[in-house]
Amino acid sequence: MAVSTSQDVAAVPAALAFPPVSAGRRFVDRFARSIIAIAFAVALIPLISLLWIVISRGVKMFSWDFLSTDMVGVFGDMTSGGAVHAIVGTLLITGAAVLISVPLGLLTAIYLVEYGRGPLARAITFLVDVMTGIPSIVAGLFAFALFVLIFGPAYRAGLMGAVALSVLMTPVVVRSVEEMLRLVPNELREASYALGVPKWLTIIKVVLRTSVAGIVTGIMLSIARVIGETAPLLITVGMMTRMNTNIFDGRMATLPVFAYTEYSKGGVGIDRAWAAALTLIIIVMGLNLIARLIARKFSPKFNR
Amino acid sequence: MLTDNPPKVSKRPAGRDRVELFASGNKGRWGSRIFSGLSHGAGIFILIVLAAVAAFLVKEAWPAITAPTEELQQISWFKADSLMGYIAPLVFGTLLSSILALVIAVPLSIGIALFISHYAPRRLAQSLGYIIDLLAAIPSVVYGLWGALWLLPILDPVFKWLTNNLGFIPLFADYQAPAKNVLAASTVLAVMILPIITAVSREVFLQTPRLHEEAALALGATRWELIRMAVLPFGRSGVISAAMLGLGRALGETMAVLMVISPGFLFSFFLLKPGQHQTIAANIAAQFPEASGLSVSVLIATGLALFVFTFLVNMAARAIIARRKDFSGAN
Repeated sequence: MAVSTSQDVAAVPAALAFPPVSAGRRFVDRFARSIIAIAFAVALIPLISLLWIVISRGVKMFSWDFLSTDMVGVFGDMTSGGAVHAIVGTLLITGAAVLISVPLGLLTAIYLVEYGRGPLARAITFLVDVMTGIPSIVAGLFAFALFVLIFGPAYRAGLMGAVALSVLMTPVVVRSVEEMLRLVPNELREASYALGVPKWLTIIKVVLRTSVAGIVTGIMLSIARVIGETAPLLITVGMMTRMNTNIFDGRMATLPVFAYTEYSKGGVGIDRAWAAALTLIIIVMGLNLIARLIARKFSPKFNR
Repeated sequence: MLTDNPPKVSKRPAGRDRVELFASGNKGRWGSRIFSGLSHGAGIFILIVLAAVAAFLVKEAWPAITAPTEELQQISWFKADSLMGYIAPLVFGTLLSSILALVIAVPLSIGIALFISHYAPRRLAQSLGYIIDLLAAIPSVVYGLWGALWLLPILDPVFKWLTNNLGFIPLFADYQAPAKNVLAASTVLAVMILPIITAVSREVFLQTPRLHEEAALALGATRWELIRMAVLPFGRSGVISAAMLGLGRALGETMAVLMVISPGFLFSFFLLKPGQHQTIAANIAAQFPEASGLSVSVLIATGLALFVFTFLVNMAARAIIARRKDFSGAN
C-alpha cells in the first residue's frame, strides 16, 4: 500500500508563489482547522476521563488481598473478598481460546498468502473480514447452541466461553498474520526454492521465521481484544464465587463478568467492579504495550 | 529433485534441520502435502464455522419460530402478541441507538482522521493514531461502568438544557432525571465505534493520490480547500464503508447499552425518556442467565435477527472497501 505523504506536499510554502489568500478564505481555513483540532481533542476526553476514573476509583479496593482471595463467604457490605477466581478463570478461558484460534488462524493465513488462489481464497478473505464484525453476543449464543446440542441444556463449562471467544478471535488473528506474511519479500521465498527446499519447509523456516515478531504482536493484540469480552461469557460461562480450574466442567468466574455482576449488586460491589476494571485495564494495556515493544524491537529491516 | 551437494547458504538453518532439508525428495513431498492439506483445511474450516453459526442459531431458534403464540405468552417477560411483535421493538431500539451513535461518531471521526492524516506533524501522526486505537482496546464492560457512573451525571445537565430549550422538538421532550435513556447509551456507543471509523477513514485519506493534492495546492488552495476538493471526494466511499463498519459494531454492542439504558419495548422517538428502548444484544444479556426452555429459543431467535442484520451491514461495508481497492488509483 503506497501511503502518500500529504505533509510533504503541504510543507511547500504555496502561499509564497501566489497573491495573498483573501480574508474570507483564510477565515474558513482557520475555522476548519480549529474544528478538526477540536474534534481530536474531544476524542481524548473519553480516553483520559476513563483511564482517570478507573485508576482513581479502582485503587480503593485494589490490593494484594483483592488479587489473592475469592468471593466465598462474602455477603452484604463485607469489604473483604477479591477476584482471584475471576482472574484465574479469565486466564484459563482466554488461554483455551488462544489454543484454538492461533493454530487455526495461523494456518488459514498461510493458506491465504502461500496457497490461496481463485474463488475459494477470495471467499475466505471476504468472509473472514465479515466475521470480524460478528457481535460478541452472537458468538456466545453460537457456543451455547453448539454445546447444548452435544451435552444437553444444563451443561456449563469454561470451554463454552473459550469457543465463543475463539469465534471472535480467529478472524483477527488471520487478518494480522496475513498482513505480516505478505510483508515477507518474495526474493526470500525464491532463494529458498532455488536451494531445493520444499514449499512447506520454506514456509516454516523462512517465511514464518522472518515474520515471527509481527505474528506475535498480532496475536497479543488479538488476545487483548478478547480478554475483555463480557457478553459471550455472561451467557455461557456465568458466574461463580469460588475458583474452578476445570474448563471442561462447571461455571467459571471471569474478570469482565465479575465486574458486571458486582456492579449490578451495588454498594461495595461497585468499588469491587472498579477494582476489577482496573485489573482488566492493566492486563489489556500490558498486553498492548508488550506487543508494541516486540513489534518495535524485532520488526524486520525491510519494513517501510 | 534435490542436489546432494547443497550450495553454501549465508543464513543456514540449524544443523538438525539440514538433514531434513536435503533428505530424499519423498519426505519433502509428503510434508508439502500434509502442510498444504492442513492449511487448506483451516481455511475451509473457517467457512464451516461461519455456516455453523448460522445453522445452530436457526436450529435453536426454531422452536420459538414455530411455537403458537399462547405458548410464547407463558414466558413471564413475553408481552407481545407474536414473535415478530416481540422482535420488532427490539430491532427498532437497536437501529435507533446505533444510528444515533453514528450521527455522533462519524463527523467526529472524520475530524480526527483528517487531523491525523493532514494536520498533525508527521512524526506525531503515528502515535496519535495509536492513542485513538487505545480506545478500541478498552473492554466493553469498562465502558459500561464509565458510562453508567461517570458519564450519566455529566450528561444530566446537558439533557436538562436540551429539553428546556429544544423541548418543542418531540425528540428532546420530556427528559426525566437519571439519564438512563437511549441518547446516553448512544453516546457511549459512539465513543466505542470512534476507533474503527477513524482508522478506516484515516487509511483512505492517506491514500489520496498525491497528484490530486499537489494540483489543488498548485491552484492556490488553502489546506481546507485542498481537503474539500481532493481528499474528501476521493475518500467518500471509504468513509461510507467505515461508517457501516461502525454501524455493525454498534448494532452488536451489549454491555454498554445493558449497563446504561433503562429498558422498555416501545416504538418511541423520545430520546431523553428512560424506559422506552432496548437493544437486541442487551436484551439477550439481561434475560439469558435466567432463561430456560422456550424462552432461550425466543432469545436465540432475536440473536439470529441481530446476526443477519450485522452480517448484511458488514458484508456491504466490506464489499465497498474491496471494490474501491480494485479501482483505487493509489495502489
